[in-house]
Amino acid sequence: MKSWQARLALIPVLVWVVATLSFFLLRAVPGGPFDRERASASREVEAALKARYHWDEPLWRQYLRYLGNVIRGDLGPSLKYRNHSVNDLLGQTVPVSLTLGAMAFGVAMGLGLPLGTLAALRHGGWADHAASLLTLVGVCVPVFVLGPLLILILGLGLGWLPVALWGSWKTAILPTLTLGIYFAARVARWMREGMLEVLKSPHVQAARAKGLSETAVILRHVVPVALVPVISYTGPMLADLLSGSFVVENLFQIPGTGAFFINSFFSRDYTMMMGMVLFYSVLLQVLNWMSDLLLRWVDPRIRS
Amino acid sequence: MGPWGAVRALGLALIAGAWFFAGCSQAERADLVLHNGPEPETIDPQILTGQADGRIASALFEGLTRFNPTNGTAMPGLASHWDISADGLTYTFYLRPDARWSTGEPMEADEVVWSWRRAVTPATAADYASQFFCVRNGRPIVNGEIRDTSRLGAEALDAHTVRVHLENPTPYFLELAASRVFFPIPRRAVERLGDQWIRAEPLPCSGPYRLLGWRVNDRFRLARNPHYWDAAQVTAERIDILSGDNPSTALNLFLKGEVDLISDRKIIPGELGPELAQRPDFHRFDYLGQDFIRFNTTRKPFHDARVRRAVAMSLDRPRITARITRMGERPSAAVTPAGAGGYQPPAGVPWDPVSARRLLAEAGYPEGRGFPVVEYTFNVGSRIYEQTGVEIQAMLREHLGIRVELRPLEWKTYLAEMSALNYDFIRGSWVGDYDDPMTFLDCFLSDSGNNRTGWKEVRYDRLLQAAAAEVDPQRRLGILREAETLLVTEAVPVTGLYSHVGLYAADPRKIGGIWPNRMDEHPFFSMRRIRP
Repeated sequence: MKSWQARLALIPVLVWVVATLSFFLLRAVPGGPFDRERASASREVEAALKARYHWDEPLWRQYLRYLGNVIRGDLGPSLKYRNHSVNDLLGQTVPVSLTLGAMAFGVAMGLGLPLGTLAALRHGGWADHAASLLTLVGVCVPVFVLGPLLILILGLGLGWLPVALWGSWKTAILPTLTLGIYFAARVARWMREGMLEVLKSPHVQAARAKGLSETAVILRHVVPVALVPVISYTGPMLADLLSGSFVVENLFQIPGTGAFFINSFFSRDYTMMMGMVLFYSVLLQVLNWMSDLLLRWVDPRIRS
Repeated sequence: MGPWGAVRALGLALIAGAWFFAGCSQAERADLVLHNGPEPETIDPQILTGQADGRIASALFEGLTRFNPTNGTAMPGLASHWDISADGLTYTFYLRPDARWSTGEPMEADEVVWSWRRAVTPATAADYASQFFCVRNGRPIVNGEIRDTSRLGAEALDAHTVRVHLENPTPYFLELAASRVFFPIPRRAVERLGDQWIRAEPLPCSGPYRLLGWRVNDRFRLARNPHYWDAAQVTAERIDILSGDNPSTALNLFLKGEVDLISDRKIIPGELGPELAQRPDFHRFDYLGQDFIRFNTTRKPFHDARVRRAVAMSLDRPRITARITRMGERPSAAVTPAGAGGYQPPAGVPWDPVSARRLLAEAGYPEGRGFPVVEYTFNVGSRIYEQTGVEIQAMLREHLGIRVELRPLEWKTYLAEMSALNYDFIRGSWVGDYDDPMTFLDCFLSDSGNNRTGWKEVRYDRLLQAAAAEVDPQRRLGILREAETLLVTEAVPVTGLYSHVGLYAADPRKIGGIWPNRMDEHPFFSMRRIRP
């Protein structure tokens, strides 16, 4: 396995490759940002608009200009939202998605870990079966069904919670649950399997033979090892959660980044699309790298 | 620290999340909460083209005239009154002496003229600059043939008087003066910030409200503008205008009473439209828009007018409005909705499959034999467009014996293909910019960028020119009718399907000062919250 320094150094290279591929692939799609339902007032007006965004230059020059700006930290103007730069749009929306994602991560871990642990400890008992059924439902019901269901029952039916928007803590409950439950179910399943495997391993029997209490065995010798598969999935899971979910944010009208993943493509807002690609690939790379670091530290086998 | 550190870190993250929300205490509900549909692309009145964009701009700015909330016609705005010369070519507007920006600075006549000159400058890139074509030299300036914008037919006679010289008598000019691209904009802010002037803080506003905050995909927060000349009439102190594009969410918010007005049919769930229209808090009205089909006149087989007419005659339009759109749309083979500016459009080609078959045979395809498979292109995203495509397919097979394949395209591809004339026949629609048939008919001028059929007809161009020059309103409408007859009955590069129906949601027990009108204009100055 490569050293963590080498892996860190590789991140910018990977991001550059992704950015370059995306830049040229996007331009190969038919239709462009300036194809509009209403024609421009005149050819002069259209030309002025294109010139403003350097659309009249050859593609390679646009690419070099874009790359130069990105290195300086400028992701360019949005081609659709003409009063906003991409930096501005990301600056407004990323914190919202990060907050929602972090809370959903809390739900995933807070529900998933205890549920998985419980199921493993009561292996074969009714608690295990109940937990398995719950996690099966959690994994199978898609968010576009779960979300409206929660809105219908808790929002419209019982009237306990707001049906949409982003403001008070109350508004965060339904989207957090909608986004987090699926991942909680996944985490519970990994945790259960990890625990079951570890419980059978010789070092656990050795610990019991030493006369340690069962609680101490579980906490010191089982859980840390059982966490390894969970942690290795934490990187991609966090990247998914933190980068904004289109379905959940759209359903609850939450001003996060999710909308831009889909809409910036449909509106051919190339600069915004590129901004999203860069944001997501940096996030994914960094989180993967961090979960590797975490694994090295938890699991001595990787270090050696 | 052991692996439990991870758990501890998680706990910290949760606490941080809770703290974040504790920090933003529940904001007080605004006096009025409106749902405006998708996030505006821009709220710059000279640049914007979208309806959602225009609604925000008209809350913040005003023209020399403004729209009457009951019927969408022009009434005094920043100008208290005006004179029109007998030949209809010269308008003199008298600005209110108390017309001010929300920052307190007075608005003067030369700022109005300066704004209009900026709008027609090609470098401003205003798509709606074409609204100035009726003003003297407007067209050549926008086309880049005249560089000196001071030659635009608008001048400041003194600090409070603006005189406008028109190319042609333009019966809808007062409505144009109320439209967004004609709004005066704050010169000092524009000179300071260039094309990003709209982000000025504070933003100088001339309309009933001023901008407090703008969070993308969330909301605009507006406060009453105390410097608005008609501020006495504005009763809501705060308005929140929500941005979002999920119709179910908008409906949920409305049903829960968190939104008082849904101002756009596009964010009312389409499949529920006919049922919702029965509710007392949903309001249905005839809207100045039309759905139609464009034929590619540069390509076989639709290069032949007989074929186009045969297809147009085989479309059973009432079947589409009764089975698919289901909102009481008026079937029509014209491109102009009835009643625009008091105009009655021609009936267009009649529903007559027998004559249609004869025409097709004359064109060389008896019983549809030898007719190539043609594609009907439409944009995806609406159940209605797809089902209409299926209906058209069935009708043409049944009545003409021709085979149609459906070609659904994603929006931008659809637009690009239509502009490039890369289609056989294609769904189209148009929404009027002002209440006059001209806003529909000038799309099909030979040199119009909105034509998109390849059809060029000198006779049609001349008729529209003659109508523009005509002073007598009735004779003018007569000439327009003659032109539209040529368009939708004789040459048929385009054939109408139905006129649009608008729908908005407003609880009459909670919000007042809103009336349905064909222009779908709901000015903010008259909106008020009804308190229980």
